[in-house]
Amino acid sequence: MTSGVAFDFRSTWALMRRAINEIARVPAAVIPAVLAPTIFMCGLAAVFGNLTQLPGFTTDEYLTFILPVGFLQGAAFTGAATGVNLARDIELGWFDRLLASPAPRGVLLAGTVLSASLRVLMPITLLMIVGLALGVSFPGVDGLVIAVLLASCFAAVAACYGVILALKFKTQAAAPLMQAGVFMAVLFTTAYAPQALLTGWLQDVARLNPVTQILEAVRQGFVGEVTWADTWPGLLALAGLGVLMIGFALRGLRRAGN
Amino acid sequence: MSAGAVAPPLGARIVAETRVVAALGRRSVRQAFRRPQFLAPIIIFPSLFLAVNTGGAGRAVDLPQFPPVNGFLDFQLAGAMLQSTMLAGVSAAIALALDIQIGFVDRLVAAPIARWSFVLGRLIATGVLGLIAGLWFLAVGLVFGAEIVAGVPGALVVLVLVGLNAIAWGTIGAAIALNSGSPSVAQGIFPIVFVILFLSSAFFPENLLLEPAKTIAEWNPMSLIADGLRDPIISELSLGPVLEGLGGIAIVAAIGAVLSARGLNKKLRSA
Repeated sequence: MTSGVAFDFRSTWALMRRAINEIARVPAAVIPAVLAPTIFMCGLAAVFGNLTQLPGFTTDEYLTFILPVGFLQGAAFTGAATGVNLARDIELGWFDRLLASPAPRGVLLAGTVLSASLRVLMPITLLMIVGLALGVSFPGVDGLVIAVLLASCFAAVAACYGVILALKFKTQAAAPLMQAGVFMAVLFTTAYAPQALLTGWLQDVARLNPVTQILEAVRQGFVGEVTWADTWPGLLALAGLGVLMIGFALRGLRRAGN
Repeated sequence: MSAGAVAPPLGARIVAETRVVAALGRRSVRQAFRRPQFLAPIIIFPSLFLAVNTGGAGRAVDLPQFPPVNGFLDFQLAGAMLQSTMLAGVSAAIALALDIQIGFVDRLVAAPIARWSFVLGRLIATGVLGLIAGLWFLAVGLVFGAEIVAGVPGALVVLVLVGLNAIAWGTIGAAIALNSGSPSVAQGIFPIVFVILFLSSAFFPENLLLEPAKTIAEWNPMSLIADGLRDPIISELSLGPVLEGLGGIAIVAAIGAVLSARGLNKKLRSA
């Protein structure tokens, strides 16, 4: 039993290491995903920075307001990239060899999606360095820890979504679908403005979108104090999404092996 | 050509080259529709961005310095079209780089056709995709309540500018593909498109941008194109902004053409 668990851990770690090695081997494929959230943060702050003049805006520093969106964007792009990499492995036949190995399906999934949780630390680190250099308020240790943990877990959830699509379509051509899905999930929230200042349909969509709760939990330390009241809805939303995505991804893996 | 052979008359040569360019253009358009990774950046991402910008920053029209518009969607349509045509240029770069990688361009270079025909075919296809994107965004705008103040003539002007801008960005795409020959390099241009757009008046009025974006936007030719595209949508048709838009397109096209010519020469020397 113990050796079985040890084997599972070793297999998971090997798969994670393989995914992380790709950063060094194919840096050109990683750089856009690392840079994109920072570019978006700076760009959106420059373009929409004056929105803070609107009555009811909860902060007067738009860069501070938008930086947490970059955390989730980084997680989303990393998750989508995980899906694209799996699709490539399926196309090249590497994944068939993994399916034929004695590693349980859960281990294959864990190794794949947990690598996204680690890889997301790259865009997050860059975001924080650039953000702090440009004057973003430090969210406090508790705020930063909560933000990084939530973004890291969200990357795993986004990676599960990428895995589901990769197993369904078995081609890298599905990449736009993976990217568009997570793009919508992150931006159809209170990403640009507080709930009360959103207009039209987005106000309703943001209210129903569980990622809004995750974003607000990530954002709390940046725009105010960290409180349990702002944290638990994010944790709950993340847990719900996680259960759903892991369930579908495992089902896809089981079908892929049949 | 053998010693006794007579070159075909100029008219026949032009007709033949036109047929080649049209065939290559058709191939490029079909390629975009067959492969979602080429079409998605042109239609899906700008549409999503338009939706997010409109819903998320729609209250911006309440800012005192915001120019008079019927709605924020009306203002954003030009930005979406601009983004779409620029990404069409990047998609064209990826497609052309793939053609270089698989040897298709080498076969065309060896064929008895003008050396520039495969670039021109790709540019025309990019222009067609730009027009399709323009029609798409005008339709989306009208469906969701935007108004084109300059009416049908204004819409036609917008479509002409969108098509020309797509061709101009197609030359930039061709330059990237011919000089690098790598789809990965072309793919890496995507974030730069956003940087260029964020540093222009594509998504927000120039006077409301924060520094240093505001100063850069004043010098960015994309601001000229954005304002030219936007003018017929938010006000009556006037010559000045349209000419400024054409001027911005000419600057982009000139840069792209020079770099493409350099890349093509490099490619031909190595072929």
